[in-house]
Amino acid sequence: MREQEFLRAALTPDAPVPAGLVTPTGQPAERRFNVYRNNIVVSLKDALSAAFPAIQTLVGDAFFAAMAGKYIRAHPPKSPILPLYGADFPQFIARFEPAGNLPYLADVAHLEVSLRNSYHAADSRPVPPAELSDPLLFTRKVVLAPTVFWLASRYPVTQLHGFASGGEKPAGGGEDVLITRPEFDPLATAFPTGTIAVLEALRDGIALGEAAELAPKTLDLTKFLGTLLSGGAIIDIQEV
Amino acid sequence: MLDQTKHLPAGVGVGYKSKHFSNILQEDHPVKWLEIHAENYMGAGGRPLAQLRALSDRFPISVHGVGLSIGGEGRLDAEHLARLKHLTDALDPASFSEHLAWSTHDAGYFNDLLPLPYTEDTLTRVCDHIDEVQDTLGRQMLLENPSSYLAFAESTMGEVAFLRQVVQRTGCGLLLDVNNVFVSANNLSLDPHEYIDSFPHEAVGEIHLGGHDEDHDEDGAPLLIDSHGREVADPVWHLYTYTLATGGPKPTLIEWDTDVPEWDILAAEAGRAALRLEQVLA
Repeated sequence: MREQEFLRAALTPDAPVPAGLVTPTGQPAERRFNVYRNNIVVSLKDALSAAFPAIQTLVGDAFFAAMAGKYIRAHPPKSPILPLYGADFPQFIARFEPAGNLPYLADVAHLEVSLRNSYHAADSRPVPPAELSDPLLFTRKVVLAPTVFWLASRYPVTQLHGFASGGEKPAGGGEDVLITRPEFDPLATAFPTGTIAVLEALRDGIALGEAAELAPKTLDLTKFLGTLLSGGAIIDIQEV
Repeated sequence: MLDQTKHLPAGVGVGYKSKHFSNILQEDHPVKWLEIHAENYMGAGGRPLAQLRALSDRFPISVHGVGLSIGGEGRLDAEHLARLKHLTDALDPASFSEHLAWSTHDAGYFNDLLPLPYTEDTLTRVCDHIDEVQDTLGRQMLLENPSSYLAFAESTMGEVAFLRQVVQRTGCGLLLDVNNVFVSANNLSLDPHEYIDSFPHEAVGEIHLGGHDEDHDEDGAPLLIDSHGREVADPVWHLYTYTLATGGPKPTLIEWDTDVPEWDILAAEAGRAALRLEQVLA
């Protein structure tokens, strides 16, 4: 009995049990084999539930279980680090036809992946506030913390995420989302569409002042910089 | 390589869950050490590792791997073994253990402890893998007996004989999961006391206790499932007492991984084990 054969049967609900797997009386172990079938799918589904609570709330438990089941069979984990399983679940959701009437769903999943990435990202030391009052700050480039992530959505994705945990009904349109990790708990903050251009410029080593010029007119620059600073997002200031 | 100096204390530990972090630090409980699942601490940083650092200052830690696939047909995942080495080097835990099972195949990682037949071929393979683990980590490992739901027609030896051979050939220790013994004995119509009687207790570095669920197979025979989601069953407590009387006191872990209860309930389970352990130590 080879692993290949065991797995193929375990991942195919109605497949016959591989020969040689027996009960104490030597009979084919049908019902007993189902324990493994069940454990594999249930434990991986539970891992996705833990990682995508907002998606589960938005689509309901039954739909989530069905969608997760399809994903698990098509994309089993590539590594035993289960807390990071499902990194490409958002892309799967985007192509999952039964969810086609919820076009924002993949973006909410992308937000959940980004929050999780930030949660597990490396620790770093933010620059002390005194250094941030340097009058030449805007001519310098900044190094962003590994905990900083961002995404753009055509939907009010932070509101949809908040709605799933009991918040207000979402209103408005697209947003760019900045994720920071003040200490251990990641925080998603919504900014106007186009804000990501500033973050990409900072990541690429453009001076702060020059990057800020890329901001959309509606961006509250004070709030934006405040979010970066209070989120410990700047870990070094360097000459351009 | 055999690291006997930093062993777990002969008291009771619990499987660590982050929701119990502050309860554990209060130390008004019978828990003397903690066990973590290695794979939950392989992120780059953040709260999980910060909590682990804080706990390891106060408690001996047992690192319990669930994803190495030691019983697998293929080679061990070198990347995963390197991650384990990174974790055990950083933490210098009191113990490292893994399972007599497989979970990884070419197609991926299946997050279950899947069974293997006990033959000369699988014995050689398991021993090669354990040699590689112990050489890489630079420390002795403990190998845990699995829960079985079915048997392999091709097996040529019993589980205890298999484990005994593994110990002789690799110098590894054993983690004796008493609930698994009870579950497997029920499911395979074996006598759990005979299993305990024949077990090489001198190699045992740790005991596991956990809860199981009850189901039935197609013939109506009871089928026990190792779920770690409830209190330890009464007959498993009896088997634990028998195990201590047979093999002597050993560091004992309460495992509770699904439907994790409030701390008081888990601490009470630890207290039950501590009472039995103290009776043997006295």
